[in-house]
Amino acid sequence: MLNYLQDARVIPAAPTAPARDVAIVNLSLDVSRRSFLAGAGGALTVAAFAGSAEAFIRYPTGGETMPHGLRTDPLTFVTLHGDGSVEIVAHRAEMGQGARTSLPMVLADEMGADWDQVSLRQAPGDEATYGNQDTDGSRSMRHHLQTMRQIGASIRHMLASAAAQKWEVEVSAVEVGVHEVKSGENTAGFGELAELAMRQPVPDFEALNFKDAADFRYIGTGDVSIYDIRDITTGKAIYGADVMLPGMKVAVIARPPVVGAEPTAFDSADAEEIPGVERIETLPSSIPPAKFAPLGGVAVIASNTDAAIKGRDALKVTWGDSPHASYNSEAYLAEMRETAKQPGQVLREEGDVDAAFAGAAKTVTRQYAQAHMVHATMEPPVAVAQVANGKAEIWAPVQSPYGARQDIAAALGMPVADVTVHMTLLGGGFGRKSKCDYAIEAALLSQKIGAPVKVQWTREDDIRHGFNHTTSVERIEAAVDADGKVVGWRHNSVAPSILSTFAPDSGHQFFIENGMGHIDVPFEIPNLRCENGKAMAHARIGWFRAVSNVPRAWAIQSFAAELAEELGKDQKEMLLELIGSDRKLDPPTQGFPENFWDYGEVYEEYPIDTARLKNVLNLAADKSGWGAEAPDGEGWGLAVHRSFVTYVATAAKVKIVDGQITVPEVHMAVDCGFAVNPERIRSQMEGAAVMGMTLALHSAITYEDGAVVQSNYHDYEMVRSTNFPQVVHTHIVEHPFSVHASGVGEPGVPPVAPAIANAVFNATGKRLRDLPFGESI
Amino acid sequence: MTVSFRLNGETVSVETPPDTPLLWVLRDELDLTGTKFGCGVASCGACTVHVNGEPVRSCVTAVGDLDGGEVTTIEAADGAAAKAVQAAWRELDVVQCGYCQSGQIMSAIGLLSENAKPSDEDIDGAMAGNVCRCATYVRIRAAIHRAAEIMEA
Repeated sequence: MLNYLQDARVIPAAPTAPARDVAIVNLSLDVSRRSFLAGAGGALTVAAFAGSAEAFIRYPTGGETMPHGLRTDPLTFVTLHGDGSVEIVAHRAEMGQGARTSLPMVLADEMGADWDQVSLRQAPGDEATYGNQDTDGSRSMRHHLQTMRQIGASIRHMLASAAAQKWEVEVSAVEVGVHEVKSGENTAGFGELAELAMRQPVPDFEALNFKDAADFRYIGTGDVSIYDIRDITTGKAIYGADVMLPGMKVAVIARPPVVGAEPTAFDSADAEEIPGVERIETLPSSIPPAKFAPLGGVAVIASNTDAAIKGRDALKVTWGDSPHASYNSEAYLAEMRETAKQPGQVLREEGDVDAAFAGAAKTVTRQYAQAHMVHATMEPPVAVAQVANGKAEIWAPVQSPYGARQDIAAALGMPVADVTVHMTLLGGGFGRKSKCDYAIEAALLSQKIGAPVKVQWTREDDIRHGFNHTTSVERIEAAVDADGKVVGWRHNSVAPSILSTFAPDSGHQFFIENGMGHIDVPFEIPNLRCENGKAMAHARIGWFRAVSNVPRAWAIQSFAAELAEELGKDQKEMLLELIGSDRKLDPPTQGFPENFWDYGEVYEEYPIDTARLKNVLNLAADKSGWGAEAPDGEGWGLAVHRSFVTYVATAAKVKIVDGQITVPEVHMAVDCGFAVNPERIRSQMEGAAVMGMTLALHSAITYEDGAVVQSNYHDYEMVRSTNFPQVVHTHIVEHPFSVHASGVGEPGVPPVAPAIANAVFNATGKRLRDLPFGESI
Repeated sequence: MTVSFRLNGETVSVETPPDTPLLWVLRDELDLTGTKFGCGVASCGACTVHVNGEPVRSCVTAVGDLDGGEVTTIEAADGAAAKAVQAAWRELDVVQCGYCQSGQIMSAIGLLSENAKPSDEDIDGAMAGNVCRCATYVRIRAAIHRAAEIMEA
């Protein structure tokens, strides 16, 4: 996400900069140019190689076009030690999705290392060295699988070369086994060859020999536990708040309740009475578009966290006005419902939609809505900074350590080279920690007071001052002919845009949001129009796990079930009919805009493949026993959605118990191409099922007079052990390496809420159209 | 003022107001960072420790109110239930981000210390105060059953 917005960055001091248009033009050109290039052979070499030729055929990914691209230098990522241990660099953020384990696991497997002898080193934010580190968009595995294999194969080659040199034999006579190298009578452990191997020339890609899938020991097996599990289960793992520096102060900040408001006056007398409170500092306020600039406010700086929290709570701050002080989200949602009824900007047009509706035997129209949400990571935002002697050093749980480094350097007025960002484990991310405002706060305060500072957000801060998932209304209309076939489709999506955080707000969504489940609707309907109605942002809008796919899957998958009801069809058959024949969508001939965004990938490599979509739908349905009679008060629901180039279907069972929605069983069918770490794929699907239930039942951030109403877990509820999906079965579609691996961090989420709502309908006859819909029915 | 209490088998003394939550004394004064801050109002369970073997939320437990109680944190979790829970957690790869898991584990140990063979309902009841945003509930329940098996063996 972030990389596509870098060029849209605006400096708050220069609000007239026409950054948005410039960015969109550039990016549009870039995307379409890449697509055409790829069609003509692509910028990357696609070739087979000697040795196990079929085992590894390189294919292009969007990783090449990310800022700083990909790195393949084995000496950067691997250190062989004389004692036989192997140190591998984990260069991306770990927030529970498993990238810190899974990428080094791939490398270790390909090089022949025994995982028990592998230790990890977490890279700091340094993309010139490590390549892109911006961990979002479900792309760690998608972009880095091949480079990890390449690095692993390079090290294996270097071990073999070292052995050949040592034993004076041909490299071809050397065999690299598990942490051991052999040739005839000679054997050596990796440790014996470590020094010599590290001095070997780095082989060219063409010289590498890759493992056959049959020889994988970890890849595809799911047998490797997450690297940090021992530390996590003994309390030793280090998250952001666990960083302690000598002389460190703790700051807790009173931020403006309405975005953009400045403190016009404050009384800190009571705060300063609290033992441990040492000083009060102000931070300048910001108003969108300000990218990740801190919200500003009044910071209470203390010797310990408790004093800082109590001091902040004792502050009496008078806040000035803000243009967003009249934002009432309920009223605004009602306005958006009206906007959705009017024609919007046309994003995709195929066939003759007006004629289809004019000639329709029947039309069906529905609207679906979603409230704002925030991420509520279990670890609230937190960061530690030490700015001294012209250098800044930051320890923080950030999804984009290099992006954070750039933003912190800019905020401090220092060269990027003088700023170091160390990545701790993230206690949850979900997109919140792509935005480094909390780390900038720590850096600014440390610079101001000349001591190390930890900025600790409380849960209330987190709920009230986050980057909201947008609020949305999705209106869908279908034209049905006399034979009961859907021949026309209009979908108007109305939602404040993420772009409003980066550039002056036009009220319109941009190509990335449009590509997330809206214009890429995979239905075989001859006349189809996708529109975007205007909605201005009045809060900080960010991205939340699966982003715009959440409201789009919610709407489209609910609507498909409603159509089935209207047309007297089975819901699964209706979906299969809408998806239509097995094919790969052809954007240029199907009315897609030139700037169609396929998750930053070359479309031809990751096309929208309806056969794969139908396959996961059928898989989830079959496993759930779809079609069987359900007792009163029980029902199954289905939904299927492609996001982040991964295909996921959900079959959810709902049982109404004393008027409460319960979910006794869920089947998640996932096609993410070659399944690298099935164990973490399952855990992500299980987590998505539960988080999907949370957002379906509970997640609403509402605004009154510009301020967030909710404050903590009592009014921003989470699904708990008392009511969660009781059994979650994950079914992974098997593919060889040649079917490009894709990510699983986000794609599990979108189909869950509509599957639950469709099941509620089948259990009760009640149709739910607004998220969240509550626990009671 | 100086507050003394029993922690992980030893007596510790800290200079702090007695109304300071135990959570912040553990983390800021005693460098025991395994106990996590999640909500500050006893509604998420990330800060769960044991006092006399019972799970309590350290974010709302004033250090001056411990009244001779023996505090145990995740760093010192030991005994049959603790070993079984930690082994089961590893065996089933329960964790995702891991931030809430110290609290989950302390609650699970508390449950198994009282009830060696908990039912699903027992587990759901005992764990209701522990939120996991990565949503590892499916595995947590399975791991508690597995820990009960390990203890029985």
